[in-house]
Amino acid sequence: MSVIRGRAWKFGDNISTDLIVPGRYFHLRSKPKELAEHAFEDINPNFARSVRRNDLVVAGENFGIGSSREHAALVFKILGVGAILAKSFARIFYRNAINLGLPVIMLDTSAIEDGDLLEVHLDEGVVIDVSKNLSLRFKPLPKFLLDILKAGGLIEYVIASKGVTAFHEV
Amino acid sequence: MGLTLAEKLLSLKTNREVRAGDIIVTRVDWVLAQDGTAPLAIRQFMRLKKDVLFNGHRVIFFIDHAAPSPRRELSNDHIFMRSFARKKGAILHDVGDGIIHQVFVERYVNPCDIVVGADSHTCTAGALCAFAAGFGSTDVAVAMAFGKLWLRVPESYEIVIDGRLPKGVFAKDLALHIAGKLGPGGATYMALEFKGDLIEHLSMDSRLTLTNMAVEVGAKTGIIELDDVTCRFLEERGRPPRYRDMKADEDASYARRLYVDANDLEPLIALPHRVDKVVPVSKVEGKQIHQAFIGTCTNGRLEDLRITASILRSRKVHRDVRLLVAPASREIYLKALREGIIDTIVRAGGVILPPGCGPCVGVHLGVLGDDEVCISTQNRNFQGRMGNPNSAIFLASPATVAASAIKGEVTDPREVLS
Ligand code: SF4
Repeated sequence: MSVIRGRAWKFGDNISTDLIVPGRYFHLRSKPKELAEHAFEDINPNFARSVRRNDLVVAGENFGIGSSREHAALVFKILGVGAILAKSFARIFYRNAINLGLPVIMLDTSAIEDGDLLEVHLDEGVVIDVSKNLSLRFKPLPKFLLDILKAGGLIEYVIASKGVTAFHEV
Repeated sequence: MGLTLAEKLLSLKTNREVRAGDIIVTRVDWVLAQDGTAPLAIRQFMRLKKDVLFNGHRVIFFIDHAAPSPRRELSNDHIFMRSFARKKGAILHDVGDGIIHQVFVERYVNPCDIVVGADSHTCTAGALCAFAAGFGSTDVAVAMAFGKLWLRVPESYEIVIDGRLPKGVFAKDLALHIAGKLGPGGATYMALEFKGDLIEHLSMDSRLTLTNMAVEVGAKTGIIELDDVTCRFLEERGRPPRYRDMKADEDASYARRLYVDANDLEPLIALPHRVDKVVPVSKVEGKQIHQAFIGTCTNGRLEDLRITASILRSRKVHRDVRLLVAPASREIYLKALREGIIDTIVRAGGVILPPGCGPCVGVHLGVLGDDEVCISTQNRNFQGRMGNPNSAIFLASPATVAASAIKGEVTDPREVLS
């Protein structure tokens, strides 16, 4: 997972969980595959249909504000999104993404445009915008979070460590 | 250097001094989830292959978001929650008991508790000097299994509020004022610590409105120091506090300080679709509305229903407006019945909804039509929040919403308050 290559889908600031998975599809929360078909429906109806494996969601400030619904991160996993890049994230969304094994990267996304081909080097802390021949640096995630990501999510991490490392030491 | 209240609460639980920025694993006292987040939390819990909950008396499920269920898929989610709770010995509050954050405050939380909730407004319980924050279903699943959680000790903002709220101005206006000042991401990862001489004069109902909206500026939680109001609230409910005194140190270090003089406030309103687009109500007076909603974990408490009834008494809801009122819990509903509040609201033309979230999250009980405008006491006005992206939501205090329901347009409550 350390290099992710895909196209950018660009969004603005303050994208709420209501825009990612609208509340009117509340009844599909136990059918996440169907829920995923409605991701971003109100702001980009093409997204769920056209997004390809390893494509990248790129946004401005405060991505994922609002409710704690983990489904907002889960639908990206289901659609095969490789990572989310934003200037900043709402805290619950950020945690949820990591807990599901979906990389979230904080960096200045201003230069990236919709459709650009991107390469994300997770361990090195670099995003290369191949279309623009640009290299953008970001602060790599703390080791604890990287370990959770690499395990595939918090559940996998806890199972792999037999619930011991993180949760029995205190 | 001293400790902030957030640092103190987390240090107390981990038995060592922890500081902002530390990543810690802490024991938790309560694990909560509601019908929108519990089914996924339960599925994640099952994947852990750990048969038992860390403590069934400390895991509470609430059926409040779609209660009663408007669709068979949700009815099935509810069945799933009930059967899991029965098998594993967790507590479950079913349809009609009320909203997660209100029921939790009425019946369970104690000062200095650590609370993990699969709902972003879990921060509400911070009004009782608990450390309470919202998480997703997977974090909650792990907490259900181990009674533990990893978190980063937050920096704090000190929000100092002096003065008194003028007539027609309420805790909701104060919360909107703060949201307008900080913006929707202005306090991301922070704990808001509310202080100042107004706070000691605020009722518990009003305090809960303030801490409820901490997450609207991105904060992890909002906390109020333990005082007589807190102790009295708990004693009245037969739940004497384990601690009687808990404050931030005088020399604690804050990432930012926001000072508010309550005397200068006036009734405020947030314009669609942002909670920080806050202006005086007088600036949008006359804007036509179709639905008015009083309720939610922000403003569905007794104090809110009392002010609503006082405005509606011997008046009528405008014929082009639907006024929906949802008491936040069964306890509040019963008290409002006894006080004649429900009678007044129904006579005036209002509709009483069952205790629960009602139309707040756009699932049922008041979904907006195209181009409709709603004025609501809830905490969020994101596009599509009430079930239709082609509608608009204004946020205001119960008094402003009630006054607007009578006039059929956005109205400054000072015009109708005697
Ligand atoms: S009332 Fe609204 S904000 Fe509060 S818990 Fe229910 S859906 Fe969430």
